[in-house]
Amino acid sequence: MAKYLFYPGCSMESSAKAYSDSLMAVAGPIGLELEEVEDWNCCGATEYLGISLTPAYALISRNLALASKQANGNRTVVAPCSACYLNLAKADYYMQEQPKLGVMVNEALKAGGLSYKPGTLSIRHLLDVMVYDIGLDTIKSKVVRPLTGLRVAPYLGCMVPRPDYENRWSDHEYPIELDLLLNALGAEVIDFPLKTHCCGGHMPHIGPDTAFELIRRLISSAATYETDIMATLCPMCQMNLDAYQGETNRHFGTNYHMPVVFFTQLMGLAFGLDPKDIGFGSELVSARKALNKVGLEAPELVEAAPARPRKAEGLPMPRPLPTRGPQRAKKDEVAK
Amino acid sequence: MVTLQALDPPKAVPKLIEDLTLLDEVSARTAGVSRLEMCIQCGTCGGSCPSSADMDHTPRMLFAMLRAGMREDSLKSNTPWICVSCYHCVVRCPQNVHIADVMYTLKGMAIEAKLFRDSTAPDFSQTFVDMVEEYGRGFEFGLATRHYLKHFPLRLPSMAPMGLGLLSKKRMTITPKRIKGIKQLKAILKRAKEVEGDSHG
Repeated sequence: MAKYLFYPGCSMESSAKAYSDSLMAVAGPIGLELEEVEDWNCCGATEYLGISLTPAYALISRNLALASKQANGNRTVVAPCSACYLNLAKADYYMQEQPKLGVMVNEALKAGGLSYKPGTLSIRHLLDVMVYDIGLDTIKSKVVRPLTGLRVAPYLGCMVPRPDYENRWSDHEYPIELDLLLNALGAEVIDFPLKTHCCGGHMPHIGPDTAFELIRRLISSAATYETDIMATLCPMCQMNLDAYQGETNRHFGTNYHMPVVFFTQLMGLAFGLDPKDIGFGSELVSARKALNKVGLEAPELVEAAPARPRKAEGLPMPRPLPTRGPQRAKKDEVAK
Repeated sequence: MVTLQALDPPKAVPKLIEDLTLLDEVSARTAGVSRLEMCIQCGTCGGSCPSSADMDHTPRMLFAMLRAGMREDSLKSNTPWICVSCYHCVVRCPQNVHIADVMYTLKGMAIEAKLFRDSTAPDFSQTFVDMVEEYGRGFEFGLATRHYLKHFPLRLPSMAPMGLGLLSKKRMTITPKRIKGIKQLKAILKRAKEVEGDSHG
């Protein structure tokens, strides 16, 4: 059993629940023991850093302080979310590079009865730990349902391979770790050229046009390679590509249907777990076809509500476009 | 009759010494060692940027403006707000300038000087931070409703199916989660703001 401190991050409890569920389901079989940092707080994502320096780093460092207090001999903190991973790693690194920052942050932490000595902890991403500590052989040995014939595009996004303060990855722009892991699951891994390109980050909320273009690039490239499913390791990437795919389609008049799931969900599939226990069905762009390809039925998490009949009288109102849920999918099939 | 005294005094001799106060200020307010003064204007950053097409200035140009002391123009630039923090420029920069972190610094300085042209991005950051300061955790539902109602009301109809999808699939909750040590966190952040204020007067 390899034991680590675990910093889940806010997304794991909400939008990326599928990531959390699937991770917890595969952790046992591969001997990965995760001990959650007690009463952790949000890392501030990419927002607090743009407002004020010391508060942003103090917010991040409360987590470092709590983790180091809890460490008890094991000093590696694992984060599954890209932004959390980067923020924790960045705070630890910059407080060493510029000790003044560490002094200011500790001055703030003192007000909460905490302190953190920069460099005490080692901050690593989940994928790093899985590939380099647990090992591909162990992962491969747990595969009972190889994902044979499933064309998977490995998608890492930005903040895991870059800036990479400790040189943990095979490359900053074209790392192969995720490819190797998916390959170990028996999947047909696509040499995805945009694997570390940007999903748009927070841009859907700020400059939607910028975001839609970045999302389009990724989805259309994956579609060109006849990808069945994209596998990611970042809650924000999954959210942007999955939840905003519909809006992006409407923006460009395209009709992409590219399911995006977390790599741990594919691990769960290959380990023979039930799709509904590892978060399948929670994606907005259904992964049904991809599941069918490996001989599985897609779980239906929610029954789509029947459309309310409209009264003939009354003013014409704009109606939301139907989601790409089961109903729409059925209609698509009937149309074919 | 015009007297000599009434004539304009001779114009000040143009300053020949570089005034690097702006560059130094940005550098000092950036986490870590920014290396901003090391920029050799090669343009690798702008060429690597996935969103430079939407920027007023490429990072290279913006850094030249900082060196030239163009405070208002550089703080008004939309560039830091368009930066998506992808770190492509950071790993490619031959001088190891902490470009993404400089962008964060410029955002903070623009907010402080109220020099941004569009409030969408600053408001989003501030709303996010407000939620985190209140609960200690992110609160997507509160953030999304507050932000979209104010800035993108017209997008709401087309976003409704997505929002409902997230809610019905339990990927978004309408109640925030508060950490146990929220008092402690608030005390830390209060002190951090004082420390930050003291550090640049």
